[in-house]
Amino acid sequence: MSEYFHSVTLNTELCHGCITCVKRCPTEAIRVRNGKAQIIEGRCIDCGECIRVCPHHAKYAITDPLSSIKEFKFKVVLPPPSLFGQYKRQEDLELIRAGLLKLGFDAVYEVAAAAELVSSATRQLLNGDRLKKPVISSACPAVLRLIRIRFPNLIDNILPLSPPMEVAAMLARRRAVRETGLSPEDIGIAFLTPCPAKVTSIRNPIGIKKSEVDLAISVSEIYPALLSAMNECAEEGLGPDTAQSGRTGMSWGNSGGEAAATLTTGYLAADGIENVINVLEEMEDDRLSDQVFVELNACPAGCVGGVLNIENPYVAVTRMKHLQAYRPVSCNSISEAGIPPDMKWDAKVEPIDTLRLDPSPTESIRMMGELEEIESRLYGLDCGSCGAPSCRALAEDIVRGYSTEDACIYLLKDKVESVRDSLLSLTINKRDKGEVHKHES
Amino acid sequence: MTVNSLHYHYDVPGDDFTRAGVASGAVKQILKQLGLNPETVRKMSIALYEAEINMVIHGGGGVIDIDIDDDKIVALVSDQGPGIEDLDLAMQEGWSTASEQERNLGFGAGMGLPNMKKYSDELEINSEVGVGTSVKITVNIEKSGEQRD
Ligand SMILES: Nc1ncnc2c1ncn2[C@@H]1O[C@H](COP(=O)(O)OP(=O)(O)OP(=O)(O)O)[C@@H](O)[C@H]1O
Ligand code: SF4
Ligand SMILES: [Mg+2]
Repeated sequence: MSEYFHSVTLNTELCHGCITCVKRCPTEAIRVRNGKAQIIEGRCIDCGECIRVCPHHAKYAITDPLSSIKEFKFKVVLPPPSLFGQYKRQEDLELIRAGLLKLGFDAVYEVAAAAELVSSATRQLLNGDRLKKPVISSACPAVLRLIRIRFPNLIDNILPLSPPMEVAAMLARRRAVRETGLSPEDIGIAFLTPCPAKVTSIRNPIGIKKSEVDLAISVSEIYPALLSAMNECAEEGLGPDTAQSGRTGMSWGNSGGEAAATLTTGYLAADGIENVINVLEEMEDDRLSDQVFVELNACPAGCVGGVLNIENPYVAVTRMKHLQAYRPVSCNSISEAGIPPDMKWDAKVEPIDTLRLDPSPTESIRMMGELEEIESRLYGLDCGSCGAPSCRALAEDIVRGYSTEDACIYLLKDKVESVRDSLLSLTINKRDKGEVHKHES
Repeated sequence: MTVNSLHYHYDVPGDDFTRAGVASGAVKQILKQLGLNPETVRKMSIALYEAEINMVIHGGGGVIDIDIDDDKIVALVSDQGPGIEDLDLAMQEGWSTASEQERNLGFGAGMGLPNMKKYSDELEINSEVGVGTSVKITVNIEKSGEQRD
């Protein structure tokens, strides 16, 4: 657990110690201690909410710089579907490809193309009777980690397929090896990431043993350079249409696209982390058993709402829809013979026990009793001044030994006042007995 | 604290569909924090949710009392509503007296009581017409071997 890599990181110098992120973190993973925010690593799901809301831009995502592609002999870039909503020009699809090549990549492999393969494999799996319903999409790594931490009962409902990014990376590397004759290590696969969660999932894959992606470059970093490259390409003129995917793949960039592509009647799609949590609560209590497929995206509007994207997600979705209108329904599918084994999960997904108070239920119950007692002494204002998101969270921190009741400024004020009062009454008593001598200046 | 047990009390207003499920949601959170076996948590959450909803829809609201100790969770859900006329009938799958409006809201499949039976380890229902209904749900806590003292 201690070796777990998180993309979401704090720039301590920029942090003012305000409690904006503390209040907004969906897993209560942040505390302000000694005037600076701290992330409780075991609880963070890298959803990027704290990056989104920090007024001082003190939270950022660790990604790889564009220059790091130089380490590889042959460089393949994987643009995600949401990238196509980031730029204004309508002929984007072709321009973006040309622009990426101009930036120094040797080949482009659309993640949307792999998404169509995953959709096709999902349909095959849903037609069979093997999967526990409703099936939960495996595409959003923040959601998967949330499930491992907060909804372990639902791990078995997750679609046991690699997400499009991984399938794209695997196929892109294979193609590059075939076409260049280079060895697999000489091929660099760079994913243009819209969010920190994908970066984290490359270092700590879920459901697969090892990620096929070598680099994760932030869309926000590449955005201006790509824009200039695209402008140059537009002047030079474009070649023929080489797009690799259709509407199905491209619609994975917005909430509902993957679910609709299952072609089942009972599906739902929820986006935004609070909505996702509500759906998971319902699912956990068996209240969505009439659904076949559930698509969940931590970001509002889907991947297009990723915190590393530039464009307003709703504007981007409109653009993507417009681009899709000119595309065929789908350009990729797997054979009827069955799902290629390398698209399937090959590692077990385990629950993560970071919420429980203690491994022993007996001890947990004792600690919970103490927690309730402490909470009843706190003021219940959830003001956050102590650095915890709520009074209950402070009570939990105290029980776990990470904080003390003195962290509560209201309790402290009571203490100070009672000390003052007793000093005062002491003074009055002494004065009554004539023991106090006035010192006049 | 010498006695190793927890007690929680919730007042549940009647006929407020928007708040129905709040108490059982809070209990689920507590059970998860206790680190109980996920299946145990699931059983209690489902059974308690159904009892809470019934109390809101059919019973006019009431109170929930939860007792947790080392080996079991007991939820007592009681209202002073109309009571259940024929309990054997009410326990049957698909039997419901829910109104048209309630059915439109997604309730009234007649699965609440059967689900409570299915997910609880012990279910005790006392109901008297004109007096009220109380439902006692017990779910045992599975011992994972580890024990202190
Ligand atoms: N607390 C209660 N007070 C009065 N009547 C009740 C109460 N709980 C259940 N009943 C009666 O028992 C019937 C069956 O309950 P049950 O929970 O099984 O189904 P339902 O509530 O009608 O539908 P569902 O739970 O599937 O939404 C109810 O329709 C109602 O007539
Ligand atoms: S990335 Fe999400 S889970 Fe992690 S600390 Fe920030 S808000 Fe919390
Ligand atoms: Mg019911």
